[in-house]
Amino acid sequence: MAAEFQNFTLNFGPQHPAAHGVLRLILEMDGETIQKADPHIGLLHRATEKLAESKPFNQSIGYMDRLDYVSMMCNEHGYVLAIEKLLGTKVPVRAQYIRVMFDEITRILNHLMWLGAHGLDIGAMTMFLYCFREREDLMDCYEAVSGSRMHATYYRPGGVYRDLPDSMPHYQPSKWHNEKDVARMNAARSGTMLDFIQDFTDRFPARIDEYETLLTDNRIWKQRTVNIGVVSPERAKALGFTGPMLRGSGVEWDLRKKQPYAVYADLDFDIPVGVNGDCYDRYLVRVEELRQSNRIVRQCVEWLRKNPGPVMVDDHKLVPPTRAEMKGDMESLIHHFKLFTEGYSVPAGEAYAAVEHPKGEFGVFLISDGANKPYRLKVRAPGFAHLSAMNEMVEGHMLADVVAIIGTQDVVFGEIDR
Amino acid sequence: MSLNNRYQALAASIAERFGEQLHQVPSICDELTYELDKADLVHVATALRDEPGFAFESLVDLCGVDYLQYGESEWQTRSATSSGFSRGVEREVIVPDADTVFDSQRFAAVYHLLSLSHNTRLRLRVYTGASNPPIIPSVVGVWPSANWYEREAFDLFGILFEGHPDLRRILTDYGFIGHPFRKDFPLSGNVEVRYDEEQGRVVYEPVQIEPRTLVPRTIRDDNRYSDEIRKFGDGS
Repeated sequence: MAAEFQNFTLNFGPQHPAAHGVLRLILEMDGETIQKADPHIGLLHRATEKLAESKPFNQSIGYMDRLDYVSMMCNEHGYVLAIEKLLGTKVPVRAQYIRVMFDEITRILNHLMWLGAHGLDIGAMTMFLYCFREREDLMDCYEAVSGSRMHATYYRPGGVYRDLPDSMPHYQPSKWHNEKDVARMNAARSGTMLDFIQDFTDRFPARIDEYETLLTDNRIWKQRTVNIGVVSPERAKALGFTGPMLRGSGVEWDLRKKQPYAVYADLDFDIPVGVNGDCYDRYLVRVEELRQSNRIVRQCVEWLRKNPGPVMVDDHKLVPPTRAEMKGDMESLIHHFKLFTEGYSVPAGEAYAAVEHPKGEFGVFLISDGANKPYRLKVRAPGFAHLSAMNEMVEGHMLADVVAIIGTQDVVFGEIDR
Repeated sequence: MSLNNRYQALAASIAERFGEQLHQVPSICDELTYELDKADLVHVATALRDEPGFAFESLVDLCGVDYLQYGESEWQTRSATSSGFSRGVEREVIVPDADTVFDSQRFAAVYHLLSLSHNTRLRLRVYTGASNPPIIPSVVGVWPSANWYEREAFDLFGILFEGHPDLRRILTDYGFIGHPFRKDFPLSGNVEVRYDEEQGRVVYEPVQIEPRTLVPRTIRDDNRYSDEIRKFGDGS
């Protein structure tokens, strides 16, 4: 009897906690071995691109946060770069440094989320708690600069919404934290935001060492990741892999170095590259990226301390004037009115702007017909290409390895389903 | 070699190798865009991937575009002095017939190629022609990453990719009707779902939301972006 039931179809997700959101996988199994995987996506499809066609350009920045909702500001960066490319806007250098600093903070946020969730998926529960401890500090930076812990809407075409704040929010005593605890928690928060971030970059390398102590030589971790989901470099290119998925296979490709945008060309950092193209190498690549991002954040903090200046272009066709200007100047009032009722028109044409997103190449393809709304917006999500290779990566592996491979692809359905 | 020189060299070698097959489209931001006939697509794509001078190993993105309302604004401002502005925008609801003949420049697929060895990007655009349903040859055989992108373009725009191994819907719901990213598909959709207590199941009903426009689509002739002024701006 048993032989007759050897092949069967298994439904995995969309509510499975290891499915990272709303992935539904239809697995064809031979015993416990995967023969074919058919991912069903689209359960989080919100037609972001179609919605963007119905709104003035600036009103869609907030939608970008909700694409890959663990690396919010990097998405915004791709979108504003595409608009700036069509407009031909030159962004002030200070705004570019702020953007790069927050891109790298976002990369740390994303990789911490990935590391915690990936660890939890394949049996290392402590990682989740450790990673969320550090994420909390960075989330506070998001909140201090934009007022929101996640969906910041901080980047604008022409710069960033405002300059960095002079103070950080403080914890208040409560029934869970007494005065002494609160004083300890607030110790790093007495200065400006840059002081707080600098303090974080001092602390963080030791924290990465902690993660590595737990995982890098851990026998169970290696058993679950070494030689799982191997992708050759040629295959990775053909499948459209980008970011850590491509670098894990040994291809040295990083848009921050190869096609630098913002001020990456002036910063000092290295690109980690894997050797075997398995889940373990991709883990090593991402952990090293944490260290490199920390280096970049540190350099940005030092630059930003020394160089005050504007964080928005001085062009009221694109950027609203200040309240004070509007009180005394008719033209400013008109600019304000036009910007908030109609928006700005972007010259007809098309542009593709790509950023090195924590997950890979996040590209925004924008077609404008000269109107105040995009004619067509296409978001090139890195996770979409990665997930489309799922079938190839899991074939011949055991059921438990599917979880490791979903984890290593770092899929987030906000960007895949859009 | 700087990025610009590299692109000039690439444009020259493409013109030499493909001649009339690839027709270059001017770009306002220094990107290389070519249009080609759909009959040439597969062998041009294969050549771009395999010939060492091009080596576009990676198809980064593929998307459908519907040019139905390109350049149309909802709010005419030219004649406003004599007639005044309307308060809002009246939308006409277009229901396409199954036997509609499409404008041959209505649907297009746009391909973004990336060469990692030469660090260059290239954009190709292929129009579907007047056929209904719109059809384009598939490039899954050239770049395997095209698989899901073509499924997406089929799902959202109804473009059929001839030779695709498994052309199913990918993003919309199971049993969805229509192609939602076409410009004649209303933003609020055609059906809405709710749970019916009496029948004890989810039911589909015609959508009750009135389509409305908060900010009209307006096209302005903005002379700041004309070529002469841009050049002048760079020189000063």
